[in-house]
Amino acid sequence: MNWFNVFASPTTLASKGILGMNQRNIAYIGQYNSRKSYPLVDNKLKTKALAIKHGITVPALIGVIQEQHEIRHIDTLLEQYSGFCIKPAQGSGGKGILIIKGKKDGFYIKSNDTMVDIDFLKRHVSNILAGLFSLGGKTDVAMIESLVHFDPRFSNFAYEGVPDTRVIVFKGYPVMAMMRLPTALSDGKANLHQGAIGVGIHLKTGAALQAVQFDSVVSIHPDTQKDLSELCLPNWDTLLRLAASCYEMSGLGYLGADMILDQHHGPMLLELNARPGLSIQVANGHGLLPRLTLIESECEEVLRNPQERVEYIWKVFE
Amino acid sequence: MIARKPFYLLICTLFLAGLALMIHRHVTFDIPWLPQEKRQIWSIEAKVEFRATGDPVLASLAIPSTQSGFTLLNELAASPGYGLTFNKDKAAKRAEWSIRSASGKQELYYQVDMLVDPYAIPEPETRHLRIQKTLRQEPYATLALSLLEQAEARSADNYSLTREIIRSLNSGGQEAGMLLQLQSTPHWTIELLNLADIPARIVHALYLEDGRRRQSLVEYIQVYQNNQYQIFHPETAVQGQPQNVLLWEYQSGVVLDLIGGYNSKTTFSMIQQEVSVYAALSRKHKEENLLNFSIDSLPLEEQSIFKGILLIPIGVLIVVILRILIGIKTSGTFMPVLIAIAFIQTSFWTGLVGFIIIVGLGLIIRSYLSHLNLLLVARISAVIIMVISFIALFSVIAYKTGLTEGLKITFFPMIILAWTIERMSILWEEDGPREVAIQGGGSLFVAIIAYLIMDNDYVRHITFNFLGLQFILMSIVLLLGNYTGYRLLELKRFKPLINRE
Repeated sequence: MNWFNVFASPTTLASKGILGMNQRNIAYIGQYNSRKSYPLVDNKLKTKALAIKHGITVPALIGVIQEQHEIRHIDTLLEQYSGFCIKPAQGSGGKGILIIKGKKDGFYIKSNDTMVDIDFLKRHVSNILAGLFSLGGKTDVAMIESLVHFDPRFSNFAYEGVPDTRVIVFKGYPVMAMMRLPTALSDGKANLHQGAIGVGIHLKTGAALQAVQFDSVVSIHPDTQKDLSELCLPNWDTLLRLAASCYEMSGLGYLGADMILDQHHGPMLLELNARPGLSIQVANGHGLLPRLTLIESECEEVLRNPQERVEYIWKVFE
Repeated sequence: MIARKPFYLLICTLFLAGLALMIHRHVTFDIPWLPQEKRQIWSIEAKVEFRATGDPVLASLAIPSTQSGFTLLNELAASPGYGLTFNKDKAAKRAEWSIRSASGKQELYYQVDMLVDPYAIPEPETRHLRIQKTLRQEPYATLALSLLEQAEARSADNYSLTREIIRSLNSGGQEAGMLLQLQSTPHWTIELLNLADIPARIVHALYLEDGRRRQSLVEYIQVYQNNQYQIFHPETAVQGQPQNVLLWEYQSGVVLDLIGGYNSKTTFSMIQQEVSVYAALSRKHKEENLLNFSIDSLPLEEQSIFKGILLIPIGVLIVVILRILIGIKTSGTFMPVLIAIAFIQTSFWTGLVGFIIIVGLGLIIRSYLSHLNLLLVARISAVIIMVISFIALFSVIAYKTGLTEGLKITFFPMIILAWTIERMSILWEEDGPREVAIQGGGSLFVAIIAYLIMDNDYVRHITFNFLGLQFILMSIVLLLGNYTGYRLLELKRFKPLINRE
């Protein structure tokens, strides 16, 4: 193995404008994201409340379970819903999210088609409350959301899970986007480091640029054999506008907005991330730095609303 | 953005302050940079033997103090029945034994430990040397004067005059021979030097040679010039004090002053000890607490605690480097440092094997616990109890099979094992075995690197003896906290981005 083939030269990376982890932490997260805004995005309940206030579409909230004793009444709460999603309000990295897509014979059907009983759900909620999925083991609350009905046009692009779209929003301008497709390897989760596929999305058209799995290029979905280059997102302008308006909502200068496409309600905000990862660069085949520096230098004084910011982006990034 | 200039200034200040503190420690307290250095300590025992007459006995023995080349560490005297005082009047330092009545053979012991120390600070001379001019009868007066005049003609200063006098006296000539019939070379040399108004005296010195017994003192000639002195050998006229010569009596006194006894004899035996620099210096500086701002001034027990604590910044620095510059993922930011410290306590292989076995077993049983739907605190408590049982089992098996080395696993902190199991288990459930391998392996790798560096003799020596190092570590950590370049593993991660074109 030749080491020169394994490692890229730092100067080449810099000339491509690739953003590194250290620079992201110091120059972008540290500088543009104020600490006091973190709880807003780290707690999905707060994010949801704030999003509703700012008119951003989010999945409907079925209920919140805050204490262990409330778990007993979970079945009455869930009675009328066939599909729902249980998540920890302060979970990180998609941990602890349980998606139930239907009911059958008193059992609940998980997104990967396995059947679980009500005790499994209770145990899961109990774990969430005990802080199993939150940072540092803090006690948490469990929120139950109505199930997102994912646009069936994309069912072949995802395996056993729900694909979402990550948009990096810098000072309110969407600068890069990627769709994350769950695979069998990622256990139905849209988490790139677990093996989900990242598809770079053209900012203007919403069409796929290229796709990567574990940071190397793939052209078809390994589970569904679907050609990934055919992927093109509908309602792309709405999605970008919603993502852009998360800036006003959260006050975070450098954020990752995770959006999802609902069959009936169009693009929705799933959650915000104050420390979005860097794999989006690999998925897009582009570095973030040139776009970030452009926004930093040109958009200092001009005040634009989300729609204008999206249009500005379309104009400057060919 | 925060102004960078004051920040770099702070880093520079910290670095230079740390460096200055370290150099100060090295220069002032003679702490060597390397741990292997040893220091010699001479343990010298003086034995005074005499026969007592039955009357009150008073024996006064000249004893040495810190002098150039040697630092006195401690001294003690033993003699049953005798009262003892260490008398340090303005003249000289002496050990004085006294008893109301004694008869027959008596033995008195005095023992002193002297550290061979090029940085020794001699105690100031308390008494000025007086010049004594002796009037001699003829023909000695004339002979002595002419010898002195000839020597003066051939010399330039006090020291060269001394050499000439000693050479003339030892030349074997007729005049010298006559003079030496009256008294010995050292005494004539002192007398002639005093005649020339040069302060000089006879000192009694001891040749240090390891394991020698029943040695006696030898006479040297000490000559002053401009408040400084030089030692001359009375036979060879060689100038200077050899390294293995300790001045025992050098205050113009007698070696032993005995009242109430006869047939006295003073003999010396000595052994040499090689001690580590720590031992030597802690003994040397044990009484200088005020200015000695170091760990040595603490009681021994606290010192050993600090030995461990002061290593932690080194481990932390390793973590900072491996995470910021290399980009290794670990489970828990500083967990690897804690594991490394545990390795130091358990010894490496026991710690590593024990850690892997216990965490492995723990993960298996923890997967059962996760089915029980327990609350977090209770589950971790259960894991801790489980870990303790494992350690007990491990120790018993190790003991029964004769692998006593395995008993050291009990030093491994239970909480660290329990938390590692808990974290790994959650990681396994959530992110799969791949992530467990990456983060667990990363943690273990960082822990091993940190252990190897923290266990290094040189690193231990430097961290324990030079508190200034902490400032330097601080400045490096601050500097690294400012690094915006790529991590080594990012160069690999982003490689596909370049290949495509």
